[in-house]
This record gives sequence, structure tokens and C-alpha cells, in this order.
Amino acid sequence: MRIGFFVTCLVDAVRPRIGFASIQLLEAAGCTVEVPAAQTCCGQPGFNSGDRASGTRLAQVFLEQFESFDAVVAPSGSCVAMIRDYPGLFADQPALAERLQRLVSRTHELLDFLTHHAPQPLPAGALPLRATYHDSCSGLRNLGIKHQPRQLLATCDGVDLCEMRDAEICCGFGGSFSVKLGEIATRMADNKCNHALATQPDAILGGDLGCLLNIEGRLRRRGDQRTQVLHVAEVLAAGQLAASGELPAPGQFVGMPVTTKD
Amino acid sequence: MDATSHSFKRNVHARLGDEALQANLRRFGGGFADRRRDAVGRVDDFEALRDRASEIRAEVLTHLDHWLLAFEAEATRRGTAVHWAETGAEANQILLGIARAAGVQRVIKSKSMVSEESGLNAVLGAAGIEVTETDLGEYILQLADEPPSHIIAPAIHKSRDEVSALFAEHHGTPLTRDIPALCEEARQHLRPRFLQADMGVSGGNFLIAETGSVAIVTNEGNGRMVTTLPRVHVAITGIEKVLPTLDDLSAILRVLPRSATGQDITNYVSVLTGTRDAGADDGPEQNHVILVDNGRSRLLGGALHDALRCIRCGACMNHCPVYQNIGGHAYGWVYPGPIGAILTPAFLGLEKALDLPQASTLCAACEVVCPVRIPLPELMRTLREQEMEQGLRPWHERLSIRLWRWLALHPALYAVATRWGIRVLRWLAGKDGQVHRLPGLDGWTEGRDMPAPQGSTFRDQWRTQLAAREAQGKARAAATPVAMAAAGAARSKAP
Repeated sequence: MRIGFFVTCLVDAVRPRIGFASIQLLEAAGCTVEVPAAQTCCGQPGFNSGDRASGTRLAQVFLEQFESFDAVVAPSGSCVAMIRDYPGLFADQPALAERLQRLVSRTHELLDFLTHHAPQPLPAGALPLRATYHDSCSGLRNLGIKHQPRQLLATCDGVDLCEMRDAEICCGFGGSFSVKLGEIATRMADNKCNHALATQPDAILGGDLGCLLNIEGRLRRRGDQRTQVLHVAEVLAAGQLAASGELPAPGQFVGMPVTTKD
Repeated sequence: MDATSHSFKRNVHARLGDEALQANLRRFGGGFADRRRDAVGRVDDFEALRDRASEIRAEVLTHLDHWLLAFEAEATRRGTAVHWAETGAEANQILLGIARAAGVQRVIKSKSMVSEESGLNAVLGAAGIEVTETDLGEYILQLADEPPSHIIAPAIHKSRDEVSALFAEHHGTPLTRDIPALCEEARQHLRPRFLQADMGVSGGNFLIAETGSVAIVTNEGNGRMVTTLPRVHVAITGIEKVLPTLDDLSAILRVLPRSATGQDITNYVSVLTGTRDAGADDGPEQNHVILVDNGRSRLLGGALHDALRCIRCGACMNHCPVYQNIGGHAYGWVYPGPIGAILTPAFLGLEKALDLPQASTLCAACEVVCPVRIPLPELMRTLREQEMEQGLRPWHERLSIRLWRWLALHPALYAVATRWGIRVLRWLAGKDGQVHRLPGLDGWTEGRDMPAPQGSTFRDQWRTQLAAREAQGKARAAATPVAMAAAGAARSKAP
């Protein structure tokens, strides 16, 4: 299966590690992965700020870049939900809408793809990590991503997933909302941090980097330098490597200090 | 009602810093949401009930003129006087006219959000007519001289101690923390007002075209007394509230209380038709309905049409994480939460509520519970589009979005811009790998750090790695992508 990997702006710029982890997992699940060089943004930042052209024009760039692939995978529920909305933006151009519909129906969020659409299941991983998972809104409510991350993490021996209270309540990111109404966003992030930390995790996990940056940003500002905030793909990829003995210490792989509980 | 929706950010700042309010919001927290979940769980197929309710409301709005005229004809035939008001002010004048003609001196009210829109109490008060709110929450707020902060639980922002202090001040009674005692106290003060009033003013949850009736859904029983004890009853409600038949009412009542308070049915459902029958002991001698437009007809057939489906259950605010943190008053007008973020700009004008459509993460928690399936996030996004098209957003925001879009449409330039952005962020970052202050993005960095980028972009690193893979001539090199990325990250300045 030939996969076009849509890396997403935030992963490309801020945490490339998630991109590499995603590709490692996709290859382990039997895919051939390509990264179209001229890909850009899904358009969501502009579109949700009221600039419709951001959606329609970038939809066409996406079509150009990815139409030739068997499937498209992105490590973000929020970007995939935006992409899934593309056909609806072209009600007046049925032919284009139909082409887009064919493409977006084979465009998947990474964890959903690995669970339901990949050629083969992921090999078992191993990683000692106490974690809690935040359900990002777009993935959860637009794409039905709920069991996928949990099911995948369960294949990783040693991952101890403790559910936090209100896991499905928004962390306050919301794209431009997090800047325009930063005071509310901060309070929402605070609530999220409180519920997450109540499970005493080594790491807070999620499937959308926007949310993860929001949560990590609040944690660090509160003075918490210890709790890691990771994409599920990072944990799964580390687990795969650790299981095959390729990395001595999982903590080094994720680029942060090895977690120690005192 | 005077709006403060234009100063939403100031309102938010004040509410987030109000410790007493925050404690009250936390205390009730997800109470309604939990009760709704339990109530929905007791039904076989709640989604089918939502579908049915949505269809009924959608159908009514498609032929609203027809159903309103049908309602008017039937209500008139049964002795109810139907009045039409284009604005809230007009509704107030109609009601005042009815009161004067009937020599009314004392009015008792049950809850009506439309009368909050029109500011009815102030107008009656200025005309020398005594008005008493009889819904417990509204009564508390009348004593406190505050507007409601929630459409079904108007005083939800008040603690029992605050209520106790209010009652002590106005009733001259000792403080008590006993809630049944507080209720009894209100009851004792309200009872004579019920018996002395010459006019009862109620809202109307629904208008039934088939029977010309007004349907009222309540829990406290005050609605029954307001609509049947005084000699004149006036229901004041929005033109969108009409339903074709009693069967339709029954379908809507399956979703309304469950969505609102998590009840299978409310304590009272009253269907009020016409005036007192000859020889009957109760019921009003005069029955009036004032149908208020106040901006609603402008929405028909337009981009916000679906918002008129609303049956005022409050589920959207009960599930909205923004509402739950700032409370209803911050929204600055009658309707708070997601539906308020749409109705306030729709009714008052977008320029008077610029921040409200922005006051959502579009998390869609509201959309998945709305009993009539209003696409609330989509409507908020539509209003954001209107703000953009009408030039109502700040110039720098419009400019930066255009610039960003232009870059995103030119992948090579976008890649260059990303590289430069990364450099700036890494340069700004402290030793802990966090950016503590980001000029232009203070909204973020006032309360949160910004985790700095790890190094060069994914795509730049990927290009290097592809070359390495090819050089090694193996499909899967011994060093896997992630290990190499880790090695790369270790070589570059560690964030």
C-alpha cells in the first residue's frame, strides 16, 4: 500500500520526531511511505478564522499533491477533519467535489489508520510508561477516534494507561482561539493539566500536536518540567524499537530526560 | 436588556478572576451534563428521538408563515387574543396596553427569556406596575437586580450563602444554609403576590397550531399559578416557537427535559388554551399571546436559519467548556453559551458581539448533544466568515491571514517561512526549550510557555534521511528513521 504522508504544519515545524515515528509505524504496518515535497497546510487556521478561501484554495493543493496515492495518512485528527470537510466546500462544482470525496474518504488519521486500515497489524511493542490520554476534540467528535489509541497502546507491553477525569473535554487549544482568547484557553488547559496530573502519569498522551503544545505549554509555565507530553505515535514507535532492542533507554529516544519518579 | 457583549474580553477577565463565581461554577460543574447522560442512557434510541425533533423543527421553519397563521386562527377561535410585535419594545408596549386597559396594578411572572430580550420588567416598573418574578431563580435575581446567567437555571451562578444573604436583606429573616428553609421562605413571600395579582405574564415554550394553545414546561408549579390565578394572562414568546400538532409537542418533549435537566419529563407540562370556560373555577378571563419577532425573521432562509430550531434546553451551555469556565454573564446578553454566541450577534448585530463567535474552540461538544441537531460550530464559523467579509476583524488579523494563505499556496516559500519561523522560535527559547514571551502572540504566552521546535523541519530532515537510505542501498537501514532522528536531534541544539 502506497501511502502519501501529510505531515501537518505543526509536526513539520515544531516536533519532526512525530513525523518520523509515524513513518516508522506505517512501515512496520506494511506500508510504503512517501512524503510529497510540495505539500503545505490543510487550511484550517484560515478557514476557522473566517477565511473560506483558505479552505477552498488549499483543498486544491491537497488534491494535486495526494490524489495519486492509495491512501493519505496524517498524524492529526484536526487536520484530517478539515480535509474531510473539503468536498462540502464545492457544492457548485460537483465534478471537483466528487474527486475530492474519493480522495478524502481514503485520507485517515494515523491511529485510526493503524487500527482499521493498515495492511497488517503493528508488531507488539514494549515500553515502561505510566500514561494518561487526552481525547482531542476533532478526532473524537468528527472522526470517532476513541478506542484506536487505547487499543494500540494496549499492544505496547508496559504502557500503563490511566484514564483521567473529563478526558473528552477540550484542552482549550482551538487554533486561533488559544491566542485570541488566551485567558480562557489557559484556564481550560489548567483544568486539563489538573485532571491529567491526578493520574500521576510519566506522560500525557494525545493525537494532535496543537493540543499537546497547549497542555505542555501550561505545564511548563506552572513549573512542571518532569511530565512528558507526547504524541501516541512517539510512544508506539519507541515501544517498537525498545521491543527489538534497538534503543537502550526509551527516555533518550523521546528526547527528554528519562523519567524518574521520586 | 442592556448588552455588554461588545466587551466580552473584559467580562471574561472579570469572571475568571471572581473567586466566588469560580467556586460556584466548579461546585455545579458538569452536573447537568451527567444527568443528561444518565437520562439518555435510559432511552432505547435517543438518536432517533433527536432526528424526529430536528425534522419537526426544520419543517416548521420551512413554512413558518403558514404555521403561525394557523396558530393565530385557532387561538383566536378559542378566545385568545393574538398580538404581533416586530421588536421587543413593541412587545412591551402591547403588554402595557393590555395591562392599562384591564386596570392592572400587580403582575406576577413566570420565566420568560423573551421578556429579558425586551426588558419588560423595567418598562412595567416605570409605568407604576409592580412586577414579581415567581420562578425561584428569577425571584432571587430580581432581589439581586441581576440578569439570568443560564436559560433554564437563571441563578446557577449564585451559592446558597449568597441567596441566604439576599433573603436576609430583603425579607428581614435570619441567615440559614438550609435550602428547603430558603425555598419555604420564598414561597411564603410569593404566596400573597400570587393571590393579589391581576395579571400573569408567562413565556411560552411552544405554540401549538392545531389547538391554538401555548405549552409551558416547568418544574416549580409557579407557571400554573401565573397562568391560571390572575384574571388576565399574557404569554410572550418568539415567533419561531410554533409546532404543528400536539403529537409534535409530544415528540419534542421526549428530548427537551432529558437534554435540559436530565429529567424524563418535567414536573409540570401545561397546555393552555383559550380563556376560563363558563362555570369553571379557574383560568383567566382574558388570554393573550404576544408573538415577538425581534430579529428572528431576518434569520429565516439565511446562513443562520438553523439556529431558529432551538428549543432552549441549555444543553449546549451545559456541555460547553468555555461557558463552564466563564459563566453566562460574560456573554453580555440574554442567551449565553454556544447558542448565545450565535443569537446575540444575530439579534443585536454582529458589530455588537464581535468576540462571541470567536469564543469557542469549535470542540463540538455542543453539537453532539443539541436535541434538534443545530450545527452550532458551523454557525459560529459562518459568523466568523461574516466578520471577515465585512471587515470587522482587526486589520492586522485580516492581513496576517491573507499573508499566511498566500504563503501556504506557495509550498516552496511556505517551507522557507517555516525554516525562518523555527530559527526565530529557537532563538527566543530559554535554556529549558520553552519560549516564555512571544511578541504578537501574547495571548498565548501570558499564561503558557511555547515549546520550541526541535530542530530543522521534518521535511528537511526527511530529505537528508532519504539520501542516506539510498546511499545505504537498503530499504530498511539498520538505523531506523526514529533512531536517526534522535541522533540528529542530539547533534543539534537540544531544545
